[in-house]
Amino acid sequence: MKFTLGWLKEHLETEASLETILAALNDIGLEVEGVENPAEKLEGFFVAKVLTADPHPQADKLQVLTVDAGNGALQVVCGAPNARAGLIGVFGVEGATVPANGMVLRKAAIRGVESNGMMCSTRELELGEDHDGIIELPADAPVGTKFADYARLDDPVIDLSITPNRQDCMGVRGIARDLAAKGLGRLRPLDEVVAHLPALAPQGAGPDVRVEDEEGCPAFYARAVRGVKNGPSPEWLQQRLQAVGQKPISALVDITNFVMLGLGRPLHVYDMASLRGALVARKARAGEEVLALNGKSYTLDPTMTVIADEVGAHDIGGIMGGEHSGAQDGTTDVLIECAWFTPESIARTGQKLNLTSDARARFERGVDPAFLDEGLDIATRLVVALCGGSPSEATRAGRPPVERKIVAYDPARCLSLAGVDVSADAQKAILEKLGFAVAADWSVTVPSWRRDIDGPADLVEEVVRIHGLANVPSTPLPRAPGVAKPIATPEQLMERRVRRMAASRGLNEAINWSFISEKEAETVGGGDWTLANPISEDLKVMRPSLLPGLLSAARRNADRGAPSIRLFEVGRRYFRRADGSSDERLTVGIVLAGDRTPRGWATGKAQPFTAYDAKAEALALLAAAGAPVANLQMMGEAGASFHPGQSGTLRLGPKAVLAEYGVLHPALAKRFDLSGTVVAVQIFLDAIPQKRRSGFMRAPYAPPALQSVTRDFAFLVPEGVEGDALVRAVRGADKKAIVDARLFDVFTGAGVEPGMKSLAVEVTLQPGEKSFTEEELSAISAAVVKAAGKLGGTLRG
Amino acid sequence: MTEITALKAGLLADIERADTLERVEELRVGALGKQGVITALLKTLGAMKPEERQQRGPAIHDLRQGVTDAIATRKAALEQAALDARLASERLDMTLPVDAVPQGSVHPVSQVMDELAEIFADLGFAVASGPEVEDDWRNFTALNIPETHPARAMHDTFYFPDADAEGRAMLLRTHTSPVQIRTMESVVSSGQEPPIRIIAPGRVYRSDSDATHTPMFHQIEGLVIDKGIHMGHLKWTLETFLKAFFERDDIVLRLRPSYFPFTEPSVEVDVGYTLVNGQRVIGGSGDDANGGWLEVLGSGMVNRKVIEACGLDPEKWQGFAFGTGVDRLAMLKYGMNDLRAFFDGDLRWLRHYGFSALDIPTLSGGVGA
Repeated sequence: MKFTLGWLKEHLETEASLETILAALNDIGLEVEGVENPAEKLEGFFVAKVLTADPHPQADKLQVLTVDAGNGALQVVCGAPNARAGLIGVFGVEGATVPANGMVLRKAAIRGVESNGMMCSTRELELGEDHDGIIELPADAPVGTKFADYARLDDPVIDLSITPNRQDCMGVRGIARDLAAKGLGRLRPLDEVVAHLPALAPQGAGPDVRVEDEEGCPAFYARAVRGVKNGPSPEWLQQRLQAVGQKPISALVDITNFVMLGLGRPLHVYDMASLRGALVARKARAGEEVLALNGKSYTLDPTMTVIADEVGAHDIGGIMGGEHSGAQDGTTDVLIECAWFTPESIARTGQKLNLTSDARARFERGVDPAFLDEGLDIATRLVVALCGGSPSEATRAGRPPVERKIVAYDPARCLSLAGVDVSADAQKAILEKLGFAVAADWSVTVPSWRRDIDGPADLVEEVVRIHGLANVPSTPLPRAPGVAKPIATPEQLMERRVRRMAASRGLNEAINWSFISEKEAETVGGGDWTLANPISEDLKVMRPSLLPGLLSAARRNADRGAPSIRLFEVGRRYFRRADGSSDERLTVGIVLAGDRTPRGWATGKAQPFTAYDAKAEALALLAAAGAPVANLQMMGEAGASFHPGQSGTLRLGPKAVLAEYGVLHPALAKRFDLSGTVVAVQIFLDAIPQKRRSGFMRAPYAPPALQSVTRDFAFLVPEGVEGDALVRAVRGADKKAIVDARLFDVFTGAGVEPGMKSLAVEVTLQPGEKSFTEEELSAISAAVVKAAGKLGGTLRG
Repeated sequence: MTEITALKAGLLADIERADTLERVEELRVGALGKQGVITALLKTLGAMKPEERQQRGPAIHDLRQGVTDAIATRKAALEQAALDARLASERLDMTLPVDAVPQGSVHPVSQVMDELAEIFADLGFAVASGPEVEDDWRNFTALNIPETHPARAMHDTFYFPDADAEGRAMLLRTHTSPVQIRTMESVVSSGQEPPIRIIAPGRVYRSDSDATHTPMFHQIEGLVIDKGIHMGHLKWTLETFLKAFFERDDIVLRLRPSYFPFTEPSVEVDVGYTLVNGQRVIGGSGDDANGGWLEVLGSGMVNRKVIEACGLDPEKWQGFAFGTGVDRLAMLKYGMNDLRAFFDGDLRWLRHYGFSALDIPTLSGGVGA
């Protein structure tokens, strides 16, 4: 919401400085977005007279002028066709900056002729679009005065960010009222503000307007003014609208904007010549089209309100006027609409049509329902003042909802909710200045323009914002005695541990978009959630896997020349439950690409990552997450994203997959433009069972008194037997004595018949109270050999 | 006598000249071995008369001792020389580089979330979470943002074409505030009562993308519901947390009345900064000559309609809520200036702005690293 200081002062009688006003606006919740004085950018531009104008010796389209800007004649080269002796215009002196293009004016030779400054066009000074020639001022404009002063542009423009609850401050008067309540001056009565306008002398019946759609448009007031003369509005009005970024159109349209911006009252003016019969606020017909003022055609439905005549709809009620019925230059008879539209209805219509306008912004927030008569009167008086004509009586169709809300308030609420003690008298004074009526029993009547006020908390807010938030004393939050208790849940602790373990292992944490493209989602089995309104095709499907995001990040790093890429992310995968709710699963993703080790003087050539690197990360992070790593089953093939022969899963039981890892499927790597071996891991943190603590924080343990012994076994097994199966079998051979079994050699080749392989296992045996006897050791060995035998293994000689 | 003296001189000279351990051993065997010349002389002692033995004995023993010592000395010298030579031959270029261990890192957003959890844990806040794919009731309606409310337009919402079992439209949460609703709901449904003190960090989404906005970013929500909680407590909590987070005592807040449908009264919070070498550094009053204000937080007293929507009695319980951007807090504390880089995964950026695994925020060590 933009307005000028001068405009504010029409409603607020104040001696306060601009700085004081700006600070007060911020204090009371009307946030100052910016302030700008247009005079500042017109520094160095003066009213000047062209004394002589002669042809340029070297150029047909240029003239050489002598110009007097108050300090004697200066020579200027000018290309404007309207430049001529005797013209009074605007001259920029040496050193001035042209607002439109930031050019600093310097003494220069133009086609060999010295030029000192510039005669300016409207567009160059950012005062309009006109660039056909230089500005022509009236003959009586005083030569040598600052142009900003002459044009009365020395009026700071203030830009406020108005929160959606404050429709009343979408007009200058509401802002003035708030500032007056803050103690910055006196709110001038509205009669006083418009006293200079001609009094209303209505003649004849009002125009035929009716309300058929009471739900969408409960009240439609109107007045006709006949015999007006439309045209450009006067200088002061144009300037005011321009200053706040509104384009002047014509006097009639400018009046409606002036009333809307000044008083927060949107209006619409129809050319009566374009209307046939009564003007009716009714529901739109299905498929009915309206060509709106913005030149676009909108197809409406019966939830929307239109203003229509016998022939058809003209106006999307409360949102935008029609292209064909607005006031034109030749308009002589006008109908001024001052209606009240239901905010919810306006909001829905605006959302459906995706159409924003100044009127919608106000109506959907709820304009003052008690300001129809006055608003219409002031608009009519302005029309008569600026365009002449004779006004009719007003027609009042329907009735706006003027019932006033009453809030039962207890001034003690201020202290209990806001924590600041403001005396009851002071509270009453603040509320009354804001327009509330406070009864002796503290039932508070809400002003008609404050639709947002709903209950006691709103009144506390009114009191506190005017009293000043700075006066709310900072009060320590009560705290439990003693050391703060740990509050992180086991899941949160697990996430933290996993993240820091990954970082400690040399992985870099990335955060990737939660959404990926449909194509990327397809490569990992497709997603359950696809956005209806994605910002781009690349960010459309909620990821069912962390890998696409990491692979894209890996590719970007590879493109930047990163030789070695170790990325991880801790984030959610998104699924949909049968009941339609969201199932979000916390997951760790890892991608390793490029060099595992760089070439080195000691290590030789660079080494790529292998599937076992992925497995190592999976196991380390699972251990950090508290998963029972020793009990996990390793099962082959991690799914379509991975190399079928170089991947695996880690499971707790056949169904609970805790992790998948391996070499990325070459086809997937290719889709992400990654070359070389890429390995990847996903760890499904949500599947990891959380240990519950009981008793001591550690299981009991005493180091055994006797030293453990190791025995090596080499077995010939069929090639299809997986190492883990043999190790598990060996470990299970004597669960008491065997505490560890580690595979340390895999061999095929000379001495091993085809179809077989040799696997060597180091078995660690832990004696209990007494050392093992030879008989015991033999029995354990026999059990180990027997266990291997079940897998088709024979002890190698 | 003289032959013994001469023998000794000769042997000592030979030992002195010996240049290998083998040669020394050869000399030892020749002099002191079973067949050695000195051994032979010693053997003659037994056959001597006592007077002769008294006369020659000491000379022969002296000869043996002298030669034995000389051999030991020579041997030690040669061994030392051999060791020196070996060490010299084993010399390595110690300036050669060692294998670099890959440097892992924790993302600044994760780090800042850990920092915030640590600070708020001390104030008795637990960490809560909720789904990012949310229903429009919890994201909007329960937060007093009905369908036609203009505030809905302020949130550029990503929608899904789907509805849940209750027919609620599904969307990507536009803020972490629905976690307020879920927390209060779960307190009610589990038959408990406030007090509630939670923070809820997490990903949020708005369909917005430019230099300072990304379609996904991170927020943290705070919620306190109890008896007798008022805006003074809110003010203190925000001051306390920001001082702890920025690790500065000169944090100055400016509270401005504002509007959020789910709080009443609502307050926007600016924090003062000071220009240092053209950079905005948090600290000092924004009204100082070199200062300014940055909007960092939205907050307010929880609207009674919200408390009611969650099934709590607003006559009995009241409290405050606040929300702020985690990415933004990270930028203000650690000086990054491009939000988009947070989500690009550039290893160079991650290594520079990321944190070591060991930089775990603690109250005793400070939450900054």
